[in-house]
Amino acid sequence: MKSTTDAKEVEIILATDCGSTTTKARLFMKTGGEYRFVFSGEAPTTVEAPYEDVTMGVRNAIREIEELSDLKILSENGVMIRKTPEEPGIDLYVTTSSAGGGLQMMVFGATKNITGESAQRAALGGGAIVMDVVTVDDGVPLYRKVRRTRYLRPDIVLMSGGTDGGSIRPVTEIAEILRIAEPKARFGADYSLPVIYAGNKNAREQVIKTLDDKFALEIVDNLRPVVELENTDPARNAIQYLFMEHVMSHAPGYTKLMKWTDVPIMPTPMGEGIMFQTIARARNINVIGVGLGGATTNIYSVFNERFVRTVSANLGMSYSICNVLLESGIKNIIRWMPFDIDEDTLGDILTDKMIRPTTIPQTLDELIIEHSVAREALRLGMIHHKFLAKGLRGVRPPDSLDNILAREAEGTRSYIDMLKIHLVGGTGGLLSHAPRRVQSAIILMDGFQPEGVTRLVQDSVFMMPHLGVLSTVHPKIAMEVFEKDCIVRLGTCIAPKGLPLKLDEELMNVEINMPDGSNITESLNLGDIVRIPLEEGKIANIKIEPNKECDVGAGKGQPLETKIEGGVVGVLLDARGRPIITPDDRNEMRKLLIKWFKAVDMYPPSVLDKFEKGEI
Amino acid sequence: MSYAYTPGLKVKRNTIVVKRRLLPVDGEVMVRKDDEVLYDTVVARTHIPGDIEMIPLAYILGVEPYGLPKVVLKKEGDQVKEGELLGFSKSFFGLFKTEYTSEVSGTIELISDVTGQVGIRHFPVPINLDAYISGEVIDVVPNQGAIISTTSTYIQGIFGVGGENHGEIMVVAEPDEELTLNHIGKDCDGKVIVGGSLVKADVLRKGEEENIRGVITGGIRRIDLTKFLGYELGVAITGQEDIKLTCIITEGFGEMNMAKHTFELLKSCEGKLASINGATQIRAGVIRPEIIVPHAKSNLSDIQTEDILVEGMNPGTRVRVIRRPYFGAIGTVETLPAELQQVASESLVRVMTVKLDDGRTVTVPRANVEIMEE
Repeated sequence: MKSTTDAKEVEIILATDCGSTTTKARLFMKTGGEYRFVFSGEAPTTVEAPYEDVTMGVRNAIREIEELSDLKILSENGVMIRKTPEEPGIDLYVTTSSAGGGLQMMVFGATKNITGESAQRAALGGGAIVMDVVTVDDGVPLYRKVRRTRYLRPDIVLMSGGTDGGSIRPVTEIAEILRIAEPKARFGADYSLPVIYAGNKNAREQVIKTLDDKFALEIVDNLRPVVELENTDPARNAIQYLFMEHVMSHAPGYTKLMKWTDVPIMPTPMGEGIMFQTIARARNINVIGVGLGGATTNIYSVFNERFVRTVSANLGMSYSICNVLLESGIKNIIRWMPFDIDEDTLGDILTDKMIRPTTIPQTLDELIIEHSVAREALRLGMIHHKFLAKGLRGVRPPDSLDNILAREAEGTRSYIDMLKIHLVGGTGGLLSHAPRRVQSAIILMDGFQPEGVTRLVQDSVFMMPHLGVLSTVHPKIAMEVFEKDCIVRLGTCIAPKGLPLKLDEELMNVEINMPDGSNITESLNLGDIVRIPLEEGKIANIKIEPNKECDVGAGKGQPLETKIEGGVVGVLLDARGRPIITPDDRNEMRKLLIKWFKAVDMYPPSVLDKFEKGEI
Repeated sequence: MSYAYTPGLKVKRNTIVVKRRLLPVDGEVMVRKDDEVLYDTVVARTHIPGDIEMIPLAYILGVEPYGLPKVVLKKEGDQVKEGELLGFSKSFFGLFKTEYTSEVSGTIELISDVTGQVGIRHFPVPINLDAYISGEVIDVVPNQGAIISTTSTYIQGIFGVGGENHGEIMVVAEPDEELTLNHIGKDCDGKVIVGGSLVKADVLRKGEEENIRGVITGGIRRIDLTKFLGYELGVAITGQEDIKLTCIITEGFGEMNMAKHTFELLKSCEGKLASINGATQIRAGVIRPEIIVPHAKSNLSDIQTEDILVEGMNPGTRVRVIRRPYFGAIGTVETLPAELQQVASESLVRVMTVKLDDGRTVTVPRANVEIMEE
């Protein structure tokens, strides 16, 4: 029997996230009149062979909570115990899922830069991983498009193309590719692959004629009805519906899991995205967020109220760790390590992590290696994100030359201006489990390189997806837990954009009026970083005078006076340059890293001393 | 008492192995229940649809797409042979004629009057599915294949490349020495060679030249795997490589002695025919590479079951540490404290204490051990 969703009666809430590596269970309880996070349990996810039943991992994670809490959540035969007047139990169960690779979609469009990009944004907005994008004008020979399509195993296909009333030929061409290739659904060939058509409405009849007998065709409004408008909501809603009805119901064990849950299962990136949107809305600010997972890196941006979510399918910290290595290049990873390590040994260590993805670093050097990879995953994820976070392309230019040039620039460059990002936040196992919070702060700073004045936050123990799905039924409870137990305010980063003309010039002078009335002044040269303690909940006034070539938000060389928030890390004055200057010489870089790490107390000083002396 | 659940690699002397051998698409099953089969017995066969060729025929013939059906000499569903005239058009009052002869043989699957494309699907490709392991057919799945069972020695590796292969087990090196070119000779032809703590790319290439069917060893360096495959591995989904031999790594990346128990078990199988598969897929639940050595006679009296997996980890469970600093060490679980503890990286994690076989008692994160399914 399912439990109540009436907030008044809800006291014990169980939430899980079935991740690609680990199933994370979180227990929220009403204690002393307020909702709090109380216990967590984790276990390997069991969606694939040999177990092929996601509920096994869910049960194991719940058993850990039972062990820690003395609560009885599962009966002897593994059935979830719901609260009744006669028996104690849980009131509500919700879950997100990215197990088995999450929701995997293939996207088709008529034009690469117009409908292809809009379709990608719609799929990513629905919480999907985009496996491949095929468009009429992508330059790939037709036979290769057919072959690529044939051998992929997506969960859902999204097909777009053309504006309403335009030519039906390009859409027909991609429909024919789909028909001929006839890709099969990932979970078994015994059901029709869902295809969403969100293109030119005049081509619907032709699309139905071409595809209806071979696919489960769903027709929704055109996502680019006119070139000047992108309307992804109908396609996104269809993705969420089909995710539940077609994909989840065929994934191993999910039919059972769907019966347990009180609200529909949500893709993990969607749950995370909801919470980053909530932060941006509640504070009316621009936000960059990241969910750094084992298989994927999900980046979220809310910039001037525009929300974009991207899922980089093969950038992650366990299954996909070698793909980060491949895409970034080993030198870009090694540059973040304060000790000597040869490239081949590092390659072996990372490949070992890939084949044993659930293991965790026991030694400090292995932790530092993973932190180095994380920076690169964020950097690469942000490049991918910026590719899609840009203005609509293909819009007919207005008449004046200035407008034409402005429009073209908007269409090709990302609109995200790091100087105008007010907050950067992170979630995911590596960030949430970092032994020192300053480690997460620095990883976020090095990966995203925020500019100007930027607040830094992180998820305490990885519960943002859980709260995201909970917020769909109990937004107040979700927000209460989010503010009290989920969000960890790390502090504020101050980083001028740009570089001085001479490397030995001062980069910025800073004067901080602390809450206790004291004054702190700092003068930073290029390459310096300073950490100033400022407790969580405290506000300080700061005056920043950047170098004449640098900008902290008020213009090049212009001073800025503002208020800054404290946090568990405090204030990080970052004069390492934007972009951060990283010398090519390994010895020089190692010395610089040790200096930075010591300055912010990133790792135990005794170990950093040993790195400095070359003893490790 | 606390509970932990970390499945490990299987290293079993005598166990029942069951393999589902199913076609990718429906076909004909060639065996019956209770049949005895050899590894190369065809258990099912079918034809899979051929690849497709798309031809912009309207463009080639210089006609509008809507006029295409009038100039194509075939209908959808018709067969066409390579070199056969597929269509023609006339222009300038019939003075000029443009022809198109098919460059492939196949079936016409599409003639589009909207895009002007013609799709020809190559003729179906025959697929013969073999039994992979020698054993008994314990069930038949109509139109799809058969389920084969055998009692055998069964060993899982941690990582492999190359698909299904077969050969006699031949031990060529000790578990703590590097597998070198000197270990490979003409006598290795058709064999699955075993031994060593490390194999390099040149040895694997030499193995291919000598028609070695498989190499089973302790470790390989990433750099050598890249050299051997010709590309760098990004995600661990393997088994489809275009290589002649199957390579199975039992321990991990880098130089690593093959676990004594694994080596001894393989040594006891010397001279016997093994079915091996390097296919590895590292997702939740994982597919690991495997070595199956069917026994000549079934011995059901001491079959090793999978109870350890079901029960989870407890004091007394035999485990192997799978991450530095104790990587590869084997021992017995002593305690499983429920409280989180700090390790050298300063992380607070759930741990266990393990009495290693070398006498040391060490604390390791629970996530960093695997159960030894001996």
